[in-house]
Amino acid sequence: MDMGKKTKMNLGKTAVLLLITLAVYVVMKALLISSILSSYWGLVLDQALITTIGALGLCIIYGFSGQFSLGHAAFYGIGAYAAAFVSKTYGHGSMAWFLLALPVGALTAALVAFLIGLPILRLRSDYLGIATLGFGIIVKVGMDNSNRLLPVLGGATGITGLPQVAGFDIIFLCTVMTVLLTRNFVQSSYGRACTAIRDDEIAADIMGIDTTRYKVLAFVFGCALAGLAGALYVHRYPFLHPSSFDFLKSFDFLLIVVLGGLGSMSGTIITSIAWVFLLEGLRFVLGQQFLEFRGVIYALILVVIILLRPQGIFGGKEVSVMAPPKAIPASGKEGPHADPGN
Amino acid sequence: MLTVNNIQVYYGAIQALHGISFEVNEGEIVTLIGANGAGKSTTLRTISGLIRAKSGLIEFMGQDITKTPAHKIVKMGLAHVPEGRKIFPNLTVHENLLMGAYTKSDRTEIAASLENVFQRFPRLKEREKQHAGTLSGGEQQMLAMGRGLMCKPSLLILDEPSMGLSPILVEEIFNIIQEINQLGTTVLLVEQNAFMSLQIAHRAYVLETGRILLSGTAADLQANPKVRSAYLGDVIE
Repeated sequence: MDMGKKTKMNLGKTAVLLLITLAVYVVMKALLISSILSSYWGLVLDQALITTIGALGLCIIYGFSGQFSLGHAAFYGIGAYAAAFVSKTYGHGSMAWFLLALPVGALTAALVAFLIGLPILRLRSDYLGIATLGFGIIVKVGMDNSNRLLPVLGGATGITGLPQVAGFDIIFLCTVMTVLLTRNFVQSSYGRACTAIRDDEIAADIMGIDTTRYKVLAFVFGCALAGLAGALYVHRYPFLHPSSFDFLKSFDFLLIVVLGGLGSMSGTIITSIAWVFLLEGLRFVLGQQFLEFRGVIYALILVVIILLRPQGIFGGKEVSVMAPPKAIPASGKEGPHADPGN
Repeated sequence: MLTVNNIQVYYGAIQALHGISFEVNEGEIVTLIGANGAGKSTTLRTISGLIRAKSGLIEFMGQDITKTPAHKIVKMGLAHVPEGRKIFPNLTVHENLLMGAYTKSDRTEIAASLENVFQRFPRLKEREKQHAGTLSGGEQQMLAMGRGLMCKPSLLILDEPSMGLSPILVEEIFNIIQEINQLGTTVLLVEQNAFMSLQIAHRAYVLETGRILLSGTAADLQANPKVRSAYLGDVIE
């Protein structure tokens, strides 16, 4: 197989992808500066991007590796708390400390994911779901009582007065980097090993894949992304509270990944953004009085989509710039192939 | 090449194998035949490391592999084509084959293996970019075998390759097994289709409820009235 050609085609796609993101960035930035997009909707946009980062994490864990996790919000929360701790105790609004808090959030979530993943990833499907659900509850209870360990974490009253240093630029940058990183992971031999495990774990085992290693790897990587999302979140929204990281939040991530289509990064990205805007949009459509009906409407949307399109909106497919290069003829000696994807 | 010595395997409290011993020599086709539940697949799964034997010894190329994890056994040159094919339905045919060469890193070697597999199974070449889940049963079996061959194993283990295939395809698959063997790959074959497998095998073992009942050359067993009545559908006069 000719790797040089494959790399070249992938670079072409990366260039197109970067051009598109640059265009999106310019448009969004213009809308924000000209105040066509109010600062409120700017906040919603940032939330949508942060959700995208977290959801891509679960997309790797569940969508591509088939490891059913109901505790994704716990890692989002761990990242948020770790980053909040750094910023609150040392940072006080300094940009350098903020930039340090981001990897701290991601790495703390990754470390916890590694420690918890080793014992529980031997479980399959529903059992793994229950174990991760249990872990999520432990983390939530831990957050509620965190002030007994470290008063600065605030316990059940949450943390206020966090420096709001994250803006659209850095959040957008982190999102783009996450998308590229995820795409490269999924299309690497690591990604293929993960997909093989999802399709058939026993078959993957007898192909020579160290299944435990790859399951842990995907889980740790996915949770690190959740941690990064959490770290961004606490620097964008001034109020940090344990209830933001409960079971329902995990469920949100799961919904996005399933609705977008398991095994589709494009689906996850688009659904994340649509989902956050939908929830906020409903707030206006329904008005304050009927706000509680949001729950009904979003459950209905879920039921309808699952009935009409059980494979999810994208059903495992990708938009062409996210798709892997086409398979290359076995001999690798044939002439250069035009890339039909672009 | 492969020596299995008195292995005992349990599923929970239930004993599936009651001390099975046999050997496969280099260059042979050896077949294990027996009815449903005799322990054929369990034996294969134990050899390739998917299940642990409670006691006994398995040696491959002179090395003890009784407690070696499955993914390391593949690297030693033992490929297992599992029962029911177990292809990766959401990967393309091409990607499935690449997974078979997972333990290899030399790209020219992989390309050569791929070329070999496509020569042996031209149908796979035609379907190269298709998702494996969309293949017919026979094509999936070819893919599973091709995938097994991608790591250039010295011992190929086949579990029920004829399952669910039409008689013509079964014949084709068995011809291919014979060809693969003639090119130097040792084959351990498990089959319910005792008639076909005894025709291509050199030696055979008959399993019943987790024990080896009979063993011998394939020709001897084919002539054995007990085998004929139990597995080949002959009526004893």
